[in-house]
Amino acid sequence: METLLTLVIILLKIVALLAPLLLGVAYLTFAERKVIGYMQVRIGPNRVGPKGWLQPIADAMKLMFKEIIIPTRADRFLFLLAPVTAFGPALAAWAVIPFGDGMQISHLDAGLLYLLSLTSLGVYGVIIAGWSSNSKYAFLGAMRSAAQIVSYEIAMGFALVGVLMAAGSLNLNQIVLAQQGSLLHWYWLPLLPLFLVYFISGVAETNRAPFDVAEGESEIVAGFHVDYSGMAFAVFFLAEYANMILVSALASTLFLGGWLSPFEGIPVLGELFSFVPGALWLVIKISVLLLFFLWFRATFPRYRYDQIMRLGWKVFIPVTLVWLLVIGLGVLAQVGPWFD
Amino acid sequence: MNTLNTLRHYFKSFVLWELLLGLGVTGRYLFAKKITVQYPEERTPLSPRFRGLHALRRYPNGEERCIACKLCEAVCPALAITIESEQREDGTRRTTRYDIDLFKCIFCGFCEEACPVDSIVETRVFDYHFEKRGEHIMTKEKLLAHGDRWEAQIAADRAADAAYR
Repeated sequence: METLLTLVIILLKIVALLAPLLLGVAYLTFAERKVIGYMQVRIGPNRVGPKGWLQPIADAMKLMFKEIIIPTRADRFLFLLAPVTAFGPALAAWAVIPFGDGMQISHLDAGLLYLLSLTSLGVYGVIIAGWSSNSKYAFLGAMRSAAQIVSYEIAMGFALVGVLMAAGSLNLNQIVLAQQGSLLHWYWLPLLPLFLVYFISGVAETNRAPFDVAEGESEIVAGFHVDYSGMAFAVFFLAEYANMILVSALASTLFLGGWLSPFEGIPVLGELFSFVPGALWLVIKISVLLLFFLWFRATFPRYRYDQIMRLGWKVFIPVTLVWLLVIGLGVLAQVGPWFD
Repeated sequence: MNTLNTLRHYFKSFVLWELLLGLGVTGRYLFAKKITVQYPEERTPLSPRFRGLHALRRYPNGEERCIACKLCEAVCPALAITIESEQREDGTRRTTRYDIDLFKCIFCGFCEEACPVDSIVETRVFDYHFEKRGEHIMTKEKLLAHGDRWEAQIAADRAADAAYR
C-alpha cells in the first residue's frame, strides 16, 4: 500500500511536469515561427484560431493523421526506435531539475552526472535514425551529427565541471542554493566564459542553427530524418524542441540561479517581488534563453563543417580548460562572494 | 602594428563582437513595422497595365469587337490562341471559335498589343482556379462573359493608359 501510494505520487509529479512541458514544446514551435517571422519583417502564422494561437494544435493534428512510411530497405525496428531514443532522454532529464527548494521529482545526489549521461544519449536517436533509414542523405546527416555532438560534449562537460567546482556539489538543488545572495552571486559572472561555452555548445548539441549541419535542409535535404514522415517525424521535431528547453533549463539552473529571484538582496525590489514563486522565475529564465535560440536561428548562417570542428576543439576546449584553472585558483584563494 | 592587429582580432573574436552586431540587426527588426499584406483581405495596388485573365470586349451596342483578323493568333509566342472564323449573314467576318489555352499562355500581352479593335484584353483578375480538366481552355463564350463582367474596370484601365500609347 505504501509503495503503491509513492508510485502514484511520483506518477502524478511526472504528469504535472510533462503536461506543461509538452505544451511548452508545442508552443515553442509557434513562438519560433512568430519570432523569426517578426525578425524578417513578416507576421508569421495568424490564420488558425485567434491570432494563430491554435496553429500548433493544427500542426499536431495534421501530423497525427499522416501515414508513417517505412522505406523497404530500412531496418524497421531501429527505424521506429530512433525517434523514441531521441525524445526519451530529453524528457527523462527533467527529473532532477529543481523548480524550488527541493521541488524535484528525484533528489539525486549525482544529478549533474545523470544529466551529462542523459543529454549524451540523445545523439543515439540521430545516429540510429540516419543509419537505419538506409539513405545517403540521412547517413551523412548522422555522421556529421555524431562528430559534432561528440566534440561539443567535451566542452560542455568541462563547463559543467567548472560549475561543480564552484558549487562543491553534484546535486542540482545544492548548486542553486550555492548561488544564493543576489544577481551577482549567480555563477554566470564568475563563470562567464563557461556560461557562454555551455550555451553555445548547447545550441550545437541540439543541432540548432547555426550548427544545424545534421539537418542541413539546404544541402542534405533534411539530414538524418529525411525518410521520416507523420508522427515519427513529429517525435524528432518534439525531441529537438524538448532538448532546447532542457538546455535552457540547465543553463538557468547552473548559471542563472535556477528558481532564485533576480531581485534577491536588493532592499526594496526584493520584498516587492518576494511573492513570485520560484518556479515562475525559472520559467522566465528559460524563456529568455529560448528566445536566444530563436534569435540565433534568425541571425546566423550555418557554420561550415570544418569551422564547427575548429570552434569546438581549438577554441572551446582550451578556453574551458584555462578557465577551470582560474576557478581552481579562485576556490583555493576563496575569492568572495562566490567561492567562500 | 601587426601584433596590435592580431591582438585586436583576438579581442574582437572573444567578445563575439561581429556576432553581437548581427544579433543587433535582427533584434532591431523584431520591433520594426511589419510589411506583410494580408492577402485575401488586403491587396497590393495593381497597375492599369496589369496582365491577368483574358477577356473579349463588346461595343456599347452589344456587338462583339473581334473581327477574326487573327493577328493575336499570329503574334502569340506560346501558340496559345486558336481561332476559326466564317462570314456571318450580314456579310461581316466573325469568329466561330476563339480558344486561349491558359496552360500555354505566358501572359506577355502581345495579343492585346496586336489587336486593332481593342477586342482581346488582359484584365486585372489574377486569382482564379480550375476544378475540372479542360477548364483551362478559355472559350469564346467564357472570354465574352469575362468582358461583360469586368467591362467597367477594363474601360477605365484603357482610358488611364491611353495617354501613353
